[in-house]
Amino acid sequence: MKVEQRAGRFAVHLVLIAYCALAVGPILLVVMNSFKARNAIFGAPLAPPDAATFSLVGYEKVLRASNILTYYSNSLIVTLVSMALVLLFGAMAAWALTEYRFRGSTALALFLSIGIMVPIRLGSVAILNMMRSAGLNDTLTALILVYVAQGLPMSIFILSEFMQQIPKDLRDAARCDGVPETRIFFEVVAPLLRPAIATVAVFTVVPIWNDLWFPLILTSSDSTHTVTLGVQQFLGQYITDWNSVLAALSMAILPVVVIYVILSRQLIAGLTSGAVK
Amino acid sequence: MANLRIEHLYKRYGAAKVLNDVNLTMEDGEFVVLVGPSGCGKSTLLRMIAGLDGASGGDIHIAGKLVNTLAPAERGIAMVFQSYALYPHMNVRKNMTFGLKFTGVPPAERERRVAEAARMLRLEELLERYPRDLSGGQRQRVAIGRAIVREPAVFLFDEPLSNLDAALRVSTRVEIANLHRVLKATIVYVTHDQVEAMTLADRIVVMNKGCIEQVGKPLELYYAPANLFVAGFIGSPAMNFFEAKVERIEGGCARVAGAGFRSFDLPTTSLKVGDVLTVGVRPEHLARGTDGVFAVEGVVELVERLGESSFAYLRRADGRLFVAEVRGRQTPTPGERTTLTATTQDVHVFDASGFRVSMQNNS
Repeated sequence: MKVEQRAGRFAVHLVLIAYCALAVGPILLVVMNSFKARNAIFGAPLAPPDAATFSLVGYEKVLRASNILTYYSNSLIVTLVSMALVLLFGAMAAWALTEYRFRGSTALALFLSIGIMVPIRLGSVAILNMMRSAGLNDTLTALILVYVAQGLPMSIFILSEFMQQIPKDLRDAARCDGVPETRIFFEVVAPLLRPAIATVAVFTVVPIWNDLWFPLILTSSDSTHTVTLGVQQFLGQYITDWNSVLAALSMAILPVVVIYVILSRQLIAGLTSGAVK
Repeated sequence: MANLRIEHLYKRYGAAKVLNDVNLTMEDGEFVVLVGPSGCGKSTLLRMIAGLDGASGGDIHIAGKLVNTLAPAERGIAMVFQSYALYPHMNVRKNMTFGLKFTGVPPAERERRVAEAARMLRLEELLERYPRDLSGGQRQRVAIGRAIVREPAVFLFDEPLSNLDAALRVSTRVEIANLHRVLKATIVYVTHDQVEAMTLADRIVVMNKGCIEQVGKPLELYYAPANLFVAGFIGSPAMNFFEAKVERIEGGCARVAGAGFRSFDLPTTSLKVGDVLTVGVRPEHLARGTDGVFAVEGVVELVERLGESSFAYLRRADGRLFVAEVRGRQTPTPGERTTLTATTQDVHVFDASGFRVSMQNNS
């Protein structure tokens, strides 16, 4: 029994380690090679940078030659604003759908679940037309609107699940206490949803930050490009500036990691312990 | 503090009737306990008084004001939940003051009320703690404190002791009784525990299947249950029931006879020959001996010893079991055949539809 248990554990860890290597390997490769001179990147792509091969030429080029800082701030604005809106509207919609019974609430929930099943990219042409006729073409607002629409269904779904776990007595107690509904939402329910909100935030942020598709079709001028799109300018048809590509990619990874680290602290469950028996 | 009046209250969920024509009037400062088996509608009634559930029909008046359409906070009630329902992300002080912010109580007044409630409930040292750091009893005291600071017209308690262990339940029960004495508050208290009901209540409301079966003082319910349900529900172990019939009427008395017990004369005029009856006797009113009008014979099958007394399970001649409480050190032994008797005033007689038959020299 004990040997079996240990073998089982070992197998699980083996799978997990393999998966980690698979996930982290390419990222490590990108970051490692971004600090190497061009020759070294091609000569020994798997070797870490050493004194002879270390070079910051990629970073210098990226920072000097391109609008990387503009791209960077565009990406940040789009991602953070989208995240904030998805979380706010997602939580509010989830609250409405779980807490109140109203005409059409079931139909609305079903409609939203369709949003989870149908990828938003299928509507690219329609979205492009819509944005153009609304005069939002080539603006960050267009991107934000699309990403909010993309993130909402899933976030409503996840948050409603979590909301149903918040004891009903808490809301009833707040109502007896005379707390207005909006304050119940923001001051009783939302704080208890923190782990769920962190989860949804991570799920929302990563695809938005990494998205290439919508910046490609919705933005055209340099001033509205995002990082993922900006990096493309180093990838030429004939010559690719690998130093710059790798440096820009390394820099693009950073914010996602930071956001994840901040949010993962909130992913601690057990916040509701002590609320009810 | 205020009175409470409930008139023709109904609650339906689709075809299911949860409450059926409930009428109840409570005096100012009265402690009323709603008791009944689970699913009898007592919690629903409480939630409707609170305004958390709407009524399908009928009126609720608090302090003479019709509150049907008012939100919970506007009704002047405060509710204590079985699960305590403390806000987990707020400390004890914040838990108590949170609601007051929205009802226009100035900060200084809030602090005064919290200090007062904390003193009353011995929470002073716990004010900065979070619910997760408190024991069950402390959490329940905080929940009660949160109700007190609202200074409500009516306190509503929803099974507040059922999550506590036995010892804590007794001490918290005493505390609630004291609180009622000090605050002179009007309290509606829901429980399924009849000991809580008997010890705390000024009046008990026994509910069953969405209807009120009887309203009365605890001892009224115990000594003069209005019907079979109340008779069986109040008292532990439950009352013994014997099927019976009126054999003859003679000189203002009805001769009651049935299988397993000795026939006896019942001083009543409201019966006629052939009426089907149920005779009820509480286990604690059955005593060994031959005096007393009611006598039943049985063979002891099982004895439960509690220390101060024992419960003897006896089998009657007709094969049915009944229970008797035997006091003292002398416990009956299984296999023993014995006769137990009860006096007239401890014998309850119910007619075919389950209602109490009134006796002339008995209530």
